[in-house]
Amino acid sequence: MTVHAQDGEKLEGWNRPRLIEPAGDGDLLEVAMGPHHPSTHGVFRMDVALDGERVILLKPVFGYLHRNHEKIAEGVSYLASMPYTDRLDYICSLTNNWAYALAVEKLVGQEVPERAEYLRVILGEMTRIVNHSSSIGFLIQEMGASGTPLMYAFREREKILDLFEALTGSRMMCNYMRFGGCRVDATPAWLDGVRKVVAALPGFIDEFEQLLRSNEILMARTQGVGILSPQLAINAGITGPMLRASGVNYDIRRVDGYGIYNRFNFRVPLGDHWDVYDRFMIRMLEMRESIKILEQALKDIPGGPIMDPKAKIRGFRPKPGEAYGRIEGPKGELGFYLISDGGPNPYRYRVRPPSLINLTVLEDMCLGTDVADVVLIFGSVDIVLGEVDR
Amino acid sequence: MKTVEEIKAAIEAAVPGAGVEVVLNPGASGQHSLRLAPETATAVATFLRDDAELALDFLSNVTGVDWPDKEIAEKVKVKRTVTKTVDGVEQTVEETVDETRRRVEPGYLEAVYHLFSVEKKSAAAEPVVLRMRTVNRSDQVELPSLTPIWRSAEFQEREVFDLFGIVFTGHPDLRRLLMWDGFKDHPMRRDYVEPDDFEYEPTAHDAVLARAAAQQAASKAASQAESLAQEGPVGGQ
Repeated sequence: MTVHAQDGEKLEGWNRPRLIEPAGDGDLLEVAMGPHHPSTHGVFRMDVALDGERVILLKPVFGYLHRNHEKIAEGVSYLASMPYTDRLDYICSLTNNWAYALAVEKLVGQEVPERAEYLRVILGEMTRIVNHSSSIGFLIQEMGASGTPLMYAFREREKILDLFEALTGSRMMCNYMRFGGCRVDATPAWLDGVRKVVAALPGFIDEFEQLLRSNEILMARTQGVGILSPQLAINAGITGPMLRASGVNYDIRRVDGYGIYNRFNFRVPLGDHWDVYDRFMIRMLEMRESIKILEQALKDIPGGPIMDPKAKIRGFRPKPGEAYGRIEGPKGELGFYLISDGGPNPYRYRVRPPSLINLTVLEDMCLGTDVADVVLIFGSVDIVLGEVDR
Repeated sequence: MKTVEEIKAAIEAAVPGAGVEVVLNPGASGQHSLRLAPETATAVATFLRDDAELALDFLSNVTGVDWPDKEIAEKVKVKRTVTKTVDGVEQTVEETVDETRRRVEPGYLEAVYHLFSVEKKSAAAEPVVLRMRTVNRSDQVELPSLTPIWRSAEFQEREVFDLFGIVFTGHPDLRRLLMWDGFKDHPMRRDYVEPDDFEYEPTAHDAVLARAAAQQAASKAASQAESLAQEGPVGGQ
């Protein structure tokens, strides 16, 4: 796809939200949706100006959960931030660990043993399934199907979280990756448990998809709603399932091939209509691709150490320099930018939060739609407030 | 993928007088960066986005870095002439002494941009890093905003403005992002001092409380006047 071939690309202001004129001459109704709105699953506010039901203006307001994660991380050693990355996007702690470990490994030029890479892939893909299934559940719940699809998703999620707990000691705050490997080794019994859960997952996804995919209400509410053009999606730095639902073939697992992703055979599903339904379907299809990766990884996982024996743990002081490392998190590109001045603490520690940056186009997608669709469009972005506000 | 030197040469060919410098990264990651002059940054950024060969259409990460004033102490050998009394005779002698000279290297704020290419995705495993410096950390903290070129900078530049205090000129909506609007300082700066009282937030509460107190006093006075008026006829009976 040639993105730059489009006309109008260079016109000034093409990437700004368009102006919507209210019909008639009545007053606009200003509504603060949030910070405790049921649809925001967290503390997030949208200041919306309405003309009847139509959205004329929408400004997101952030910071209710701000704790300055970056400043805290700059005051402690590199390893001490690892458990705190769990709390960024608390649904996918393992991919947060992975992104941070990857950035530090880039900073010091650290290699990771084979078995640890496989374990990372297995845990990362299981995290993706957890995230996608529950985010679909939340999306359907916001449409008014309170509970049932979400409980279906949570039932499977619980099986995976049990595996996380068996390996790392914690269901959600796993704190598992280390610079140069992983913390504890997986036993053969644990791997058999994973194989059992993974073997049952396609059945769950079939059931889940059959329940939802051709549901009349879901199709009526989501098709043609919240359209995001690929040009704007790229320009606004949208990543993850949202970008691919807009038809842009950009998956960092493919592009960077970080870790050992080059070895696996999987497809990158792309959207064709760029709407909420596509975002829902992309997540469904990505779960199937994750299962494919899991099956291959579980077949090939070798023995051996899980930590590089030469990795320095005590007195960890990277040489002066900087590094930006990124992975394809379940929500999009999760990156860490680190500057070292040779000391034990990072001089600069920056999280590139996909949830925050994916909200850049929330206004563009919502303008001109009904206020009831705002909830749906917001749900299709898939954010976690712990990562938005940091 | 082009190296930073090649990108620099391409920029200089396209934007005359661009004033781009290569900043080498001594670390293991090998992610070198390009320092842009703030005056030409918009033109250079537009070139980087629209050039068919580079096609850096995807701005991933924007962040700030604070580099405070650094005091550098150097030992230098200084020759000087002194008058000394040697063997009872006053003489002028030249001698060499060590002297510690202190100079202050002025600090600055830096904005860092990480770019990738979606169009040429196979070649872009490492980011192209752009940096810009402000003149100082106090009153000349303006940098040109790159939001008109890459929309993804919109919230991230607001965050940098909020936490570091870099003012991005040309940003369409430059407000604080994470801290509240009445907040005065920039928390991510190295010399930021946390307040003693973490609970105190200068929200509208004080004004509301003052208004409520005034209203209570007024209604109390009114009710007193009312009860006096009711008592009046009782006392008169």
